[in-house]
Amino acid sequence: MQYIPNILFVITLVAGIGFFTLNIRKVIRNIKLGKDINRSDHSSKRWKNMARIALGQSKMVTRPVSGVLHLIVYVGFIIINVEVLEIIFDGIFGTHRVFKPILGEGIYGFLIGTFEILAFLVFVAVIIFWLRRNAIRIKRFLSKEMKGWPKSDGNLILYFEMVLMTLFIVMNATDISFQEASVGNPISQFVAPWFSSLEPETIHLIERSAWWIHITGILVFLNYLYYSKHLHILLAFPNTFYANLNPKGQLSNVASVTKEVQMMMDPNIDPYATPEGGEEEEVPEKFGASDVMDLNRVQLLNAYTCTECGRCTSACPANLTGKELSPRAIMMKTRDRLEEVGKNIDQNGVFKDDGKQLLNDYITPEELWACTSCNACVEECPINIDPLSIIMEMRRFLVMEQSAAPQELNMMMTNVENNGAMWQYSPMDRLNWKDED
Amino acid sequence: MNVPTMAEMMAQGKQPEILFWVGSAGSYDDRAKKITKAFVKVLHKANVDFAVLGTEESSTGDAAKRVGNEFLFQMQAMTNIEVLNAYGVTKIVTCDPHSFNTLKNEYPGLGGTYQVYHHTQYIQHLVNEGRLTITGSLDKRVTFHDPCYLGRANDEYESPRDLIRRIGAQLTEMKRSKNKALCCGAGGAQMFKEPEKGTMDINILRTKDALETKPNIIATGCPYCNTMMTDGIKFHEKEAEIEVKDIAELIAEAEQL
Repeated sequence: MQYIPNILFVITLVAGIGFFTLNIRKVIRNIKLGKDINRSDHSSKRWKNMARIALGQSKMVTRPVSGVLHLIVYVGFIIINVEVLEIIFDGIFGTHRVFKPILGEGIYGFLIGTFEILAFLVFVAVIIFWLRRNAIRIKRFLSKEMKGWPKSDGNLILYFEMVLMTLFIVMNATDISFQEASVGNPISQFVAPWFSSLEPETIHLIERSAWWIHITGILVFLNYLYYSKHLHILLAFPNTFYANLNPKGQLSNVASVTKEVQMMMDPNIDPYATPEGGEEEEVPEKFGASDVMDLNRVQLLNAYTCTECGRCTSACPANLTGKELSPRAIMMKTRDRLEEVGKNIDQNGVFKDDGKQLLNDYITPEELWACTSCNACVEECPINIDPLSIIMEMRRFLVMEQSAAPQELNMMMTNVENNGAMWQYSPMDRLNWKDED
Repeated sequence: MNVPTMAEMMAQGKQPEILFWVGSAGSYDDRAKKITKAFVKVLHKANVDFAVLGTEESSTGDAAKRVGNEFLFQMQAMTNIEVLNAYGVTKIVTCDPHSFNTLKNEYPGLGGTYQVYHHTQYIQHLVNEGRLTITGSLDKRVTFHDPCYLGRANDEYESPRDLIRRIGAQLTEMKRSKNKALCCGAGGAQMFKEPEKGTMDINILRTKDALETKPNIIATGCPYCNTMMTDGIKFHEKEAEIEVKDIAELIAEAEQL
């Protein structure tokens, strides 16, 4: 009988981690629906980027207020998780504060004391975050893509963090022997008196409840990640690792087009040649992207990583001037469609055509044509997400598969084709400027 | 103006030091042609042995690529690369950040690898090498609008600013500048179409940024930015007080070329 709490704990832990693993495998499977892209080059540069941008938060602090608040929550989150390690040990072996005798009172007190201070700072930061989202009415949190679930999602995460931090402090405040030792309780010593009028048994019961709800809450939060924008706490790391290292202005050249253009320009090629016997004729590759499967894996990873902070949208010239385009919405819609495709696969084993696609059903041509390709969104993203690459890939589909460019752009392209300039001028007049005054 | 072509050079058995890629705007657009000529004056002043492709030059394909027409882009690219490689070109300078970006970043993958300079980088290089001495000055308040394809796209923020300081002008920064600069609204082939429906045109917003610095001159380094900013100034009815100028024009003006 005495092992019941231990067994319960292990079951909760295994269930929590197991279910999370199952969902993460789904994320990985969905990302792999995208096209393979080789991003294994320059690995030392990639590690450095990850260390600097994800671990070091270097791009977060370009906006100091949210940057510093985020830094507090981030550092708090990582460091306080050391405490979770102790909770897991205690839970499995039925011990109480197992690290205390191992580390000695001094070090243990210092550690827990640090956690308490961080927990308090996180709590304050999270309150300010909540105010920024709900009271201060910062513009980027009020965009139309932030209505409904994305708004509740953002708030829910903040509530989760408030509750978890409170439970951590309450757990320490109601630990009578911990308070009596009075080492490592810089915050909880002020909370402990609130409970001092209660019976010791009641205080102990509160301590146990706080302990259980705290660890269960952490497991629930872990599992919430998959359903939320909060996956960035994990995916920011691979996302910065696999991010584009080329100059931002460099747009990839489509290899299959290169082959065809080379053939067109080769005077020695026989235009009437038939494929050699036995060779199957290749199915021509689709140009550009109309659905998530046409995007590459890094683009799909980007979609799962986006935490909808909206810095991209707040810097987008199209969005700032009231156009439909919002780079954040491009990422959110890509993820929504990818999730839909994933659920389709869960139900049918393989993807069954659902008559929908990313283009039109999620992202409209109007959004795509409003982009100036200025790279402000790419520059802004604190974890190097690249909405522009998705926009360009979808324009390629519109133009090369559907000839669906706006009329003026078709005229421009006709000019380039006919006379090598975007306007209707004769190529023979190209050097006229040198003799004009 | 004395502007030799590569064909003429080749006929004389000469290889110029650098090719000046004029670009479509610089060749045909009336406003951009002035920038082209100002830059040629600067090249002459520094005794740079340069040539142009003239009628053998064709659109780099930047606009076609950004529209999504990879076929047209690669046809343009490969035709241009054939010409450039046939002349044995190794160094290119251009006044157009879009051509700069495409030649520098997108041509190598298609067989055209060159050392490519934006004209502000090249002028700075000439000054640093002592081939061009800037003696004149321009006592004006100048704000610099970063072209996206020079700035964010290729991380060049300093060359144009350095030149503005060298001519003794007073450089003032807009609230959004360098990597945080706002686009003029022309990139990604927007230049060639009407904007989507919205509350304002992008160039109006960007010129507002510039006007807040109370400049005498809005300087830029891109023919398309120049058009957009000039239109923006007209919208705000400031064309009588404020000029939009390219860095090459400012140098030419300061040096009274």
